[in-house]
Amino acid sequence: MEQIMGVINLGNEKDLLEDLTKHRCQASVPFGGRYRLVDFILSNFVKSGVHNVGVFARKKYRALLDHLGSGKEWDLDRQKDGLFILPPHDSTESYKGDIQHFYEHLPYFERSKEEYILVTQGSIVWNINFRHVLEEHKNQGADITLIYKDYSQEEKAVYHTLDVDDNERVQAVHLEKTINQGDNVFLNTYLMKKSLFIDLMKETYEQGKYDFVTDVIRANLNRYHVQGFHFKGYMPFIHSIESFYNHSMNLLDPNVLQQLFYDHGFIYTKVKHGPPAKYLQGSHVVNSLIANGCTIEGKVENSILFRGVKVHKGAVIRNSIIMQKGEIGEEAFLENVILDKDVKVSKDRILKGEEIPTVFAKSSHL
Amino acid sequence: MFKKETIAMLLAGGQGTRLKGLTKKLAKPAVPFGGKYRIIDFTLSNCSNSGIDTVGVLTQYQPHILNSYIGIGSAWDLDRKYRGISVLPPYQGQKGGEWYKGTANAIYQNAYYINQYDPEYVLVISGDHIYKMDYSKMIDHHKEKGADATIAVLEVPWEEASRFGLMNTNDTNKIVNFEEKPTNPKSNLASMGVYIFNWKVLNQFLLEDEQNKLSSNDFGKDIIPAMLKKDKELYAYEFQGYWKDVGTVKSLWEAHMDLLSDDPELDINDPTWKIYSVNPNQPPQYIASKASIKRSLVNEGCLVYGNVENSVLFYGVYVGLGSTIKESIIMPDVKIGANVTIKKAIIASGTVIKDGAVIGDDSGEITLIVEDLGIAPDSNINKQLT
Repeated sequence: MEQIMGVINLGNEKDLLEDLTKHRCQASVPFGGRYRLVDFILSNFVKSGVHNVGVFARKKYRALLDHLGSGKEWDLDRQKDGLFILPPHDSTESYKGDIQHFYEHLPYFERSKEEYILVTQGSIVWNINFRHVLEEHKNQGADITLIYKDYSQEEKAVYHTLDVDDNERVQAVHLEKTINQGDNVFLNTYLMKKSLFIDLMKETYEQGKYDFVTDVIRANLNRYHVQGFHFKGYMPFIHSIESFYNHSMNLLDPNVLQQLFYDHGFIYTKVKHGPPAKYLQGSHVVNSLIANGCTIEGKVENSILFRGVKVHKGAVIRNSIIMQKGEIGEEAFLENVILDKDVKVSKDRILKGEEIPTVFAKSSHL
Repeated sequence: MFKKETIAMLLAGGQGTRLKGLTKKLAKPAVPFGGKYRIIDFTLSNCSNSGIDTVGVLTQYQPHILNSYIGIGSAWDLDRKYRGISVLPPYQGQKGGEWYKGTANAIYQNAYYINQYDPEYVLVISGDHIYKMDYSKMIDHHKEKGADATIAVLEVPWEEASRFGLMNTNDTNKIVNFEEKPTNPKSNLASMGVYIFNWKVLNQFLLEDEQNKLSSNDFGKDIIPAMLKKDKELYAYEFQGYWKDVGTVKSLWEAHMDLLSDDPELDINDPTWKIYSVNPNQPPQYIASKASIKRSLVNEGCLVYGNVENSVLFYGVYVGLGSTIKESIIMPDVKIGANVTIKKAIIASGTVIKDGAVIGDDSGEITLIVEDLGIAPDSNINKQLT
């Protein structure tokens, strides 16, 4: 029954989250109180029956590998297939493009038994069932299906976009376009027969071209039936600290919470074995997401606390994101800030960000 | 098989009748505890944290939930090559089979399992107690004394002493007498139900005990007294710290309240001694704008719109707007509507409580609402529903 193999292609990820992506790739950025961005795609794969997942990691992947482990948390520690971590053969060589990276691991593709391949990114926050994509791909008689999402945010950003006709057939792929509301953003996610993928990848590599989207998909729009798949579910575009912050705060809307974390089953992540969150006598917590292992004695409003955060007596946290193991000293005051993992804020300290919040780097002592 | 110096045998077959409706469908060790755990997590975590990686779990009463919860022991890092966890229910052999007649008989029937590892010592523990204990220190003590058996003990209040197995020791900690649940206690040094035996010695006593048709095949009532009678070297190992038998509705409730103090005696948030459990992987808890939470433990997957005070909320609990929960234990996936009042109650897993219901009162009695029971709107309940 294994029909699709999954590839998480991290080669093209841009690491746009400033301090948060300084020492880690975007796929391993913490999100939503207890997750890393990569948890969404891994959970999507497993819930879609995809049990052969290759992670093409390229750089800054220590945090990612630590998080993935054997793949057990996503049910990917399997006798047959499972999770494969595939970094470039030689990281001192210059990276020419994802095709080179794929080509280096050609035997992985050839040995896999699945008929179809789905290549995607590591940091999209979404719930998608790839079974539906495959069904649509077959119904349309497509050779290649590209998944896209309409852009509805105000902020300017740069993405590949697609033009599709009334039958969702892809007419054009625009590279690195500054986008407007209503544009169809290509999610760098595509499905095709594995045999076609291998043929096109080899052929293009031998021509000395190395970018899959440009040199395979865009270059072959007329040669193959390339179909669009419009993803209509909830999916925030995260491409800056501002959008990361805004979309994190949107999780405080119970409807968004419901759509993202409950309607499609739970999102799997690495288990930490922290106890339930503990609220002490003086705690005052409203409109917030709190993860396990937190101990709260102060005030928390409109904020997200990741696992193992300590908020001491008299401390105030407002409109902020505090990542794992943060510790906020007595009477400290935090507003509009993002504290990366392991940040300690001393007693009485005041940290205030602007509308676009200030990020404090991992393990800082303030 | 590989030789292991020490293996653990965990008694998990108890029915726990004094927990009433809470153990209708599950064994006592599987009863939810502490907002995210089951009682057995504490002993399994103790094994894991003490470096004991071979654990036989003896099950008998209502084992299904317990068995699937234990799985292959991954949660406690007990999914190990050639070692790890084995669930051991009663079985049939060529000459038939029988239920475990008592704690000692359960071990007797599994001598074959134990012999596979050719151990020097067998640690016998029970899945009914809440405590954190480094068994490796007790094993060291056992070796130092050159004991045949060591019993972990703690001092209990005199007025409660008659509920326990009690012993007197001399100044070298050697046990001079032992009485199981005496009416007039002569000591307040109580057995915690944690024993280390030299396997060769224990095996001999189990064989003899099995021949005795009058025996109740119980460690406290039969094996320990028999060993003392034959002048075996029995020592007490004094345990300092929190230990609680959560065998009654009242003690289960008390143990939860104990966790809520600012600095509880039992620290479940100790990174050097984690309490492992099977994780339901739910989203972080959401605390709404009009909610208020004080002195409580709240687990993942909870959505809280109301007021929670001095209470423990397990995963997946919903608390509606205007509801107030005080001094209560709300087990997994309980849905509480709007304007509900709950005081000093234990609400078992999956219960749905409709708007306006009032549960519990100021009488001081604990109200217990059991599994799968729907509570109608505006109902008023202040007695145990079992």
